[in-house]
This record gives sequence, C-alpha cells and structure tokens, in this order.
Amino acid sequence: MPITMGLLLALSFVVSLLALGFLIWAIATKQFAMDRAHAATVFGKQGADGPDTDGTHLFDTTGIDRISARPVKLLILGAIFWLIVGSTFGVIASLKLHWPDWLNQAAPLTFGRMRALHLNLVAYGWLSQIGIACMFWILPRIFRTPLRAPKLPVIGFWLWNVALLLGAGAFAHGWTDGEEWLEFPWQLDMLLVLAGVFFVVPLVKTARAREVDHIYVTGWYFLAAMVWFPCLFFIANIPGIHYGVEEATVNWWFAHNVLGLWLTPLGVGTAYYFIPKIIGKPIYSYSLSLIGFWGLALFYSQVGIHHLIGGPVPTWVVTLSVVHSVMMFIPVIAVAVNQHVTVARNTWALRESLPLRFIAFGAVMYTLASFQGSIEALRSVNTITHFTHYTVGHAHLGAYAFVSIVMFGAAYHIMPRLVGRDFARPGLIRLHFWLVVIGFAIYFFSLSIGGVLQGLAMLDATRSFAESVILTKPYLEARSVGGTMMTLGHIVFAINVIGILRKPRAAETPVAAE
Amino acid sequence: MNRYLPLVVVALGILAFATLMLVIAPGIQMAQRSVPEGLRPYSEQEQRGRDQYVSLGCVYCHSQQPRAPEQAPDGERGWGRPSVAGDYVYDRPHQLGTMRTGPDILNVGARLPSESWHLTHLYQPRAIFDWSIMPAYPYLFEEKPEAAPGDTVVVLPEGFGPASGVVIARPEALDLTAYLLSLDRTYPVPEDALRDDGYARKEDGL
Repeated sequence: MPITMGLLLALSFVVSLLALGFLIWAIATKQFAMDRAHAATVFGKQGADGPDTDGTHLFDTTGIDRISARPVKLLILGAIFWLIVGSTFGVIASLKLHWPDWLNQAAPLTFGRMRALHLNLVAYGWLSQIGIACMFWILPRIFRTPLRAPKLPVIGFWLWNVALLLGAGAFAHGWTDGEEWLEFPWQLDMLLVLAGVFFVVPLVKTARAREVDHIYVTGWYFLAAMVWFPCLFFIANIPGIHYGVEEATVNWWFAHNVLGLWLTPLGVGTAYYFIPKIIGKPIYSYSLSLIGFWGLALFYSQVGIHHLIGGPVPTWVVTLSVVHSVMMFIPVIAVAVNQHVTVARNTWALRESLPLRFIAFGAVMYTLASFQGSIEALRSVNTITHFTHYTVGHAHLGAYAFVSIVMFGAAYHIMPRLVGRDFARPGLIRLHFWLVVIGFAIYFFSLSIGGVLQGLAMLDATRSFAESVILTKPYLEARSVGGTMMTLGHIVFAINVIGILRKPRAAETPVAAE
Repeated sequence: MNRYLPLVVVALGILAFATLMLVIAPGIQMAQRSVPEGLRPYSEQEQRGRDQYVSLGCVYCHSQQPRAPEQAPDGERGWGRPSVAGDYVYDRPHQLGTMRTGPDILNVGARLPSESWHLTHLYQPRAIFDWSIMPAYPYLFEEKPEAAPGDTVVVLPEGFGPASGVVIARPEALDLTAYLLSLDRTYPVPEDALRDDGYARKEDGL
C-alpha cells in the first residue's frame, strides 16, 4: 500500500506541474481569451443574419456543404438502418424479460444475445454513425473550408458497416469477447479501428486547412473525441493482456468513457453548434464553455469505476471515481447555463424550428442525466440502485433522451440543407417527437421506480430474492410499452428521411448551407 | 482554443492520466497480491462450460461479486463471503456483472451443489421456480424415445417434459453445469486481500 500511495502522490505532483505549465502557456498565447466575436464563428463570414429555421437558408453560398453531402447522407442512412435494427432487438430483449418462454428455440434468440445485439448496434451503428455524420457536416462549416479528402469517409462508411454486419452475425452465433460494451470480437474491432482512420484523417486535414483563426467550442469536443475514442477502443480491445479484476477495471474505464469521451462530446458539440445556429444568436457565455470542456475531459475520464462500487477493487480507486462523478456537476452546469439560457431567451425559436425542439429537449436531458449520474455514484444511493434496472433507465436517459434526441434534431436540420428542399410533411416530424418523448417517459419512469423497489428489496434480508424479481414484472412490462413506442418513432423518422430524399427532382432548389 | 495540436496533446494527456489512475495503478496493486490458496484453475470441461456461459450472455443478469455484510445481506442469502480481487485471477474474460435480475452466482456451486438440479433448471427454470424470468435453454438438451447407456437424463416434474420419451443433456449442458458447480469461493481469503471497503465503519478498524 505505501508504495502505491507514494507513487500516486508523486504522480499527482508531476501532473499538476505539467498542467500548470499548460495553463501558463495557454494564458500567454491568449488561448483562453474568448469573446463574443469568437462565439459568432458558427455564422457565416458576414456574422449572424437571422435565425436558420426555414427554407430561406438552404442556399449553399460557399460550396462547403456540397462536398460534405455525400458522406453525411450515407452516414445518416446507415445510422437510421442500425437504429431500427438495434431498437427492434431492444424491444425483443425487453419482452423476453417478462415473457421468458417466448422465442427460446435456439441460442441466437436468447436474452443474452439479443441484449448484446441491441447495445452494440445502437452504440456503434446508430449513435456513432450519426455522430460522425454531424462531425462531417459541422466541422467544415465552422472551419469555413470544404472537407478535405472527401472520398475517404465513404470508404470508412462501408468498412464500418461491414464490420457491424459481421459483428451482428458473430454475436448471434455466440462469438463474443464477453464483456459489456466490449462484445465485438477483437478481430472485428480492428476493422472498426481501420474504418475510424478513414473518418479521422479527412477531418484532421480539414482542421489543419481551416480558414478561421478560432476553433469554435464544437470543434474542441469533436477534435478531442476523435482522438479519445480510437485510443480507448484500441487499448481496451488488445487481446490477451487483461484478466480478472484488472480486466473489469479496463472494462468500466472503457465503457463509461464511451459515454463520457465519445457520445457525450458528440451530443454536446452538436447542440453547441445547432442551438445558436438555428436561433441566429451566439451562445450565452462563451468563456463558460472552456470550463465545460476541460471539466468534462478531466472529470468524466475518471468516473468509470463507480460501476464497481462495493466490488473486489481497491477502495481508493472506487472513491476516486465517486469523487470525479460528483465533480461532473461543474462542467455540466457550465454547459447547462450556456445552452439552456440561450434557448430560454429565445423560446419563439422552439415554435419556428422542429429540429430545435429535439435538440433543446436533448440538451436538457444531458443536464438531468449527468445530475442523476453524479448522485447515483454516491455510495449511499449506489447501494440501492447498483445491480438493478434503475441503472438501465439511467443509461437510456444519457444515450437516448440526450444523445439520440439531439441527433434526431440534427438530422432534421441537416437533411433539408443537404438536399435543398424542406420536409413535405412536418406533421410526421411532430409525431416522431411525441412518440419518442412519451415512449421514453414511460420507459424511464417505470425502470427507475421498479429499479429502486428492486434495490430496496435486495437490501432487506427479511425479503426473499424472489420478491425482488416478482415486484419488477409490471415495471418491465411498462418498459416494453415505452420501448415499442420509441421504436415506432424511429420508423416514422426513417419514413421522414427517406421521404425527403425521394421527392421528385423538379422541386429542387440550389444545394445546401452557411 | 485556437490550435489543433495543443488541444489534442492535452486531451490525450488527460486520458493517459485517467488510464494510469483507473487501470494501471490498481492493476499493479492487484498483481502484487497473493493468489488465494484455495483457488484452483478451471478444468478443461469447466472452461468449456464457462465459454458457454459467456457466449449465452449470462452476465447480463447474474453478477459474480457478493457484497460485504456492512453493505448488503448477500451473505445471508447464501451468496458467499465478500469477494476479493484474488478470487478472479483465472477469469478470462471477467464476468463480474452489474445486474441482479437473477441472484449473484459466484458461489452457486457451494449453494446448489446438485448437477441434476442445474440441468432441470437450465432446461426449464419455471419447473423449479414458477416466478422465475430466466430464459429456458432447451437447445442444450435433446429429446429421445429412451436413454442410451451413458446418457444423463434430466429429471422433470409432471407437465414440463415431452409427452413421451426422455430429455437428455447435451455435452454443452454438462459443461455449463460443470462450470456452475465449480463456482465456489468459500475458501479463506489471504491476509492481504483487496476489495472495496468503502462501506466498512471506522470502528471496524479501517
């Protein structure tokens, strides 16, 4: 113990010195001097020219969107495909928890495989692809330069989707690495990494060729995420070096960082771009976004071991993750002030723009999901919620109500600007919104209430374990109802996107942007 | 921020620091501790059964990490003593789990040591517990008109078996059961064992 502690103290000292050096450098070179002019980077060279809520902004005056359009369109379509496949598996898995004898004839149909298919296909097929689509749409715009090497992401798209298809087949046949969030066989992981290179290279080239001096806050989140995630993914998937409890710490370091350092930057970065862009006014307090970004990097990266509270891991590392989980209040409040105040001062825009409704709703869910996560990591609360369905509800508040719903809005905003015409039937967009919001509310509240009751029953030695199973059944049934509504919403989403792509060419106006 | 390289370098530095704290440092600390004397590696059959367990995704409903008595009554439920890092050195991949839709099973071999019980339960959990929501695994078994020599017949209550003939355990079912029976960490833990003691009170000497 003394050796470890001494090592950690020495290390913290060295790291603090390095961080101080960085801070001095950053202040000296005015990296932190940010003003409202910088916040206006989201608008064109002429600055804000009113809200971007309707067809009048479809013109691509700079030619930037024309270059990005192809990879963005492919990635959105690929993402929607996996969203529908992945959420269907989710509904099947959910039904199986209260109809245990349904679809039991073969191993690929069992709950354990359906659940793995659901998680991986929505995480890598839907969330990652739609997030990458947003990167390819937004980054060239905030850098005011066309996407470089635009053919590479198309190759990346095909590699990524082939890997997903092979992965889905592999899970169904029971070929898995066997850890939550790391089920993909490592051979296919390497294919995903290769596909990732085809996505990252063009974006980095575009970043280096940018025609603005300042990198807008969305750019920080995206540029950091696209180096974080490949590193995480690669280290966690190297075969043969991790085992036992050490492997469990790698597992949760990775799994929580998929949310914290990949999906969250994608969602927050996307919201940071579209909220001011749609409203036509810069973000509320631009310098606050610095705290939000660096706070996220520093604290979110160390929260993972709160998944092992009360487990066979050293106490200090659990405590470290609990402390960092609570520290997450800081960056989350910073982002919340920026995004929610901007929307709250312009509520008229929520009536004008359907995409903004999704994005603003998702941004609020980020705040709630993070607050909930910080509180859930406290030992006193975690002792009830750990090992229960409550955790599943929380995961969906983050990955679904926050990231997915922001992404729905982003897709609805991008598509008309990508094809140069508006959605023919906005009513279907409203239907999508209410299906997923009401469906999610049923999903979330049933699992949260059921999970707490389940946790309390498990802590009470006078109640049998059976009781904790029996009492959750009605809540699991309600979850299936909510999940089915969400899936129906996804089908409406697909109909909307395919509809705008298939509209006759006669009605076309010049192509999309800035 | 206006520069690409510093942004990426610092971002990666922070990730490296987190990796050091969450993975490397605890990894070094755990590797220094002794392996419990009572722990033995899985036999070939048990490992095959473990691979079945992994591939069927049992981990999504069953944890393998009993909690300490200060935190939860896991021990009173028969799930075993609080587990320590050394209990898992032969586990590749780890199956600690984060869910108890079903009970913790790190010591299920000690709690339910009957092969016959497990075979029945795997074939149809509701033949034993009518409230159970565990999937049935009929494809690990086969139906035959009558048992051949060397076949393991599954004992089933009235109404759960086929109308005629018997249910025989396939090798997969026997392997999986062998793994479940091997789950027994009731041996004493070494002095220097590691686990999260965050729920222990001060007067307990921590």
